[in-house]
Amino acid sequence: MLARRFGDFDAAEDAVQEALITAAQHWARDGVPEKPRGWLIQTAERRLIDHYRSEHARRQREATSQEPAPEVSDQDDTLIVLFMCCHPALTNASAIALTLRAVGGLTTAEIAKAFLVDEATMAQRISRAKQRIEASGEPFRMPTLEERPARLRNVMHVLYLIFNEGYAASGGSELQRTELSSEAIRLTRMLPEDPEVAGLLALMLLLDARRPARTDAAGELVPLPQQDRSLWDQARIAEGLVLLERATGEYQLQASIAAVHDRAPTAEATDWRQILGLYELLERMTGNPVVTLNRAVAAAMADGPETGLALLDKVGERLNGNHRLDAVRAHLLEMAGDREAAIEHYHAAAARTTSVPERRYLTAQAARLRSLHRAPSKPRRSPKG
Amino acid sequence: MARYLLGVNFQPGVVDTPMEEWKPGEIDAHLNYYRELNKELTASGELVQTEILTGPDLAKIVTSDGTAPVVTDGPFQEFKEWLAGYQIFDVESEERALEIAARLSAVPGPGGVPTQQPIHVRRIMDDGPSGAEGMEEYLQTAKGA
Repeated sequence: MLARRFGDFDAAEDAVQEALITAAQHWARDGVPEKPRGWLIQTAERRLIDHYRSEHARRQREATSQEPAPEVSDQDDTLIVLFMCCHPALTNASAIALTLRAVGGLTTAEIAKAFLVDEATMAQRISRAKQRIEASGEPFRMPTLEERPARLRNVMHVLYLIFNEGYAASGGSELQRTELSSEAIRLTRMLPEDPEVAGLLALMLLLDARRPARTDAAGELVPLPQQDRSLWDQARIAEGLVLLERATGEYQLQASIAAVHDRAPTAEATDWRQILGLYELLERMTGNPVVTLNRAVAAAMADGPETGLALLDKVGERLNGNHRLDAVRAHLLEMAGDREAAIEHYHAAAARTTSVPERRYLTAQAARLRSLHRAPSKPRRSPKG
Repeated sequence: MARYLLGVNFQPGVVDTPMEEWKPGEIDAHLNYYRELNKELTASGELVQTEILTGPDLAKIVTSDGTAPVVTDGPFQEFKEWLAGYQIFDVESEERALEIAARLSAVPGPGGVPTQQPIHVRRIMDDGPSGAEGMEEYLQTAKGA
C-alpha cells in the first residue's frame, strides 16, 4: 500500500521497518493504540516523506504525482507489484526471489532455504533485484497496453519457474518446496482473465493434483506408472479440466498432456496416442529438443520402442551430453530388450545428472538390469549414493 | 541458479616460489586481490561460503571396519592433489562459474605476475529433480525396481 503511494517499495519496506521499531518503542511506553495498523501506516508515511526530502533521489515523479484511483484494493496493488517484480531487466533467479518476497507470503529465510542458499545471500539477491528495478525508473503502475503481452509472458514464466521449484520437492526441503507450488498457484489465480493464463493455471493444478501420490513413506519418488491414483486430488483435476476448455497456448498443450494422464484410471489405460499427438503439436510450436525426448517416449508407448528410438537418433546431436537423452534412450532400449546397451546408457546418464535422487534412481536401474542380465560387468567407477 | 564448488589444491601454477620467499608488498597485493574479489562476489550474492583448510601436516586419514578405527597421521608425501581451500558459489550458469574461476586463477604472485593457479570447478548436486519438466520425464520413463 505504501509502495503504491510512493512508487518505491524498497524505501517503503525500510520505512515500515522503522515504523515498526518506533511503534514498539512507543507502545512499550504508551500502550497499544486502538487502530495499530493505521498508526503504523501514518508513521511510515511520515518517515518516507522525510526520506524523500533528505535523499534527493532521482525518481520518476509521475509515480508520486499520479492520482491514486479512489478505492484501490490491496489486491490491485499486489498485482502491480507482481508485474513489477517480473521486470525484463531481472534474471529469472532475481525475479523469482523478489516475487516470493514482495508478493508471496514467504520470508527471506524461507526463500533461502527453498533455494539452498543462506539467508544473507538471498537477502542480497533480493536487494539487488529491487535496486535494478529502481534503476530502471519503472513507475508504479500496471504495464501499458503495449507492454502488457510481453510482461504478462514474463510473469507467467516466473510463476511457472516457481511452481517448478516447488514441484521437485524431496527430502529435507519438502515443506518449503510445497509452499512454493501453492504460492505459484495462488499468484497465478490473481492474474487477469486470459486464455494463456488459464492454460498455465490448468497445468499447475493438473500436475499438483498428483502430489499426494508422488512420494512414498520413505520420501522416495514414486514413478507415474506406480502411483496410487486414488490419492490424486480430484478437485484439482476437475478444476484443471474446466480451465483447459478456455485455454490456449504452450501451457495449454502441456496441461492437456497432464490431463490425459490425470484422466486415466490406471497406468495401463493411458491414452498414449493422444499424448503423442499433443507432443507433436508442442514440438511444432516450440522446436524444443526436450519436447522431442518426451515425444519419443510417447511414441514408444503408442507404437513400440523402435519408433521412439528412431526419434532419438534424430534429436541426438542437439542434446549431446544431456543426461536425459541417455536416460530416455536407456529406457527405450530396455523396452526393446537390449539390456546391455540399456545398462550402458543408464550409467552414462547417472554420471551426468546433477540431481541426487535422479542419480540414485538411474544407478538403481542399471543395477536392476545387471542382475537380470547377469552380464560380466566391465570395470568402471560407479557414482556413489 | 546452480551451485559450484571452486577449489584449489597444492599445485602452484606457474609460480613455484613459496609465499615465505615473496616480498611483503607482493603478499599484500595477493591477499588484497582475494579480498576485493570476495567483496565483489559477496555483494553480488554469488559467493556463499569460503573455507581455507589446514594443511596436510595436521591431516589424518581414518578407516574402520566397524571395530577399532585406524588413524593415519601425517606427514603425507603425496599431498599435491589434496584440497587446500574452497569457495561455494551460487551462479546463473556454468559459464559464470568458469568466469569466476578464471579471476581466481589470475591472482597475482611475485612481481605481480598472475599465478595461473589451477582452479577445480565442481558442480554441486541438487536435492531434487530439475524442475517440473525434469520431474515429468523422470516419472514417465521411470519403471521402478
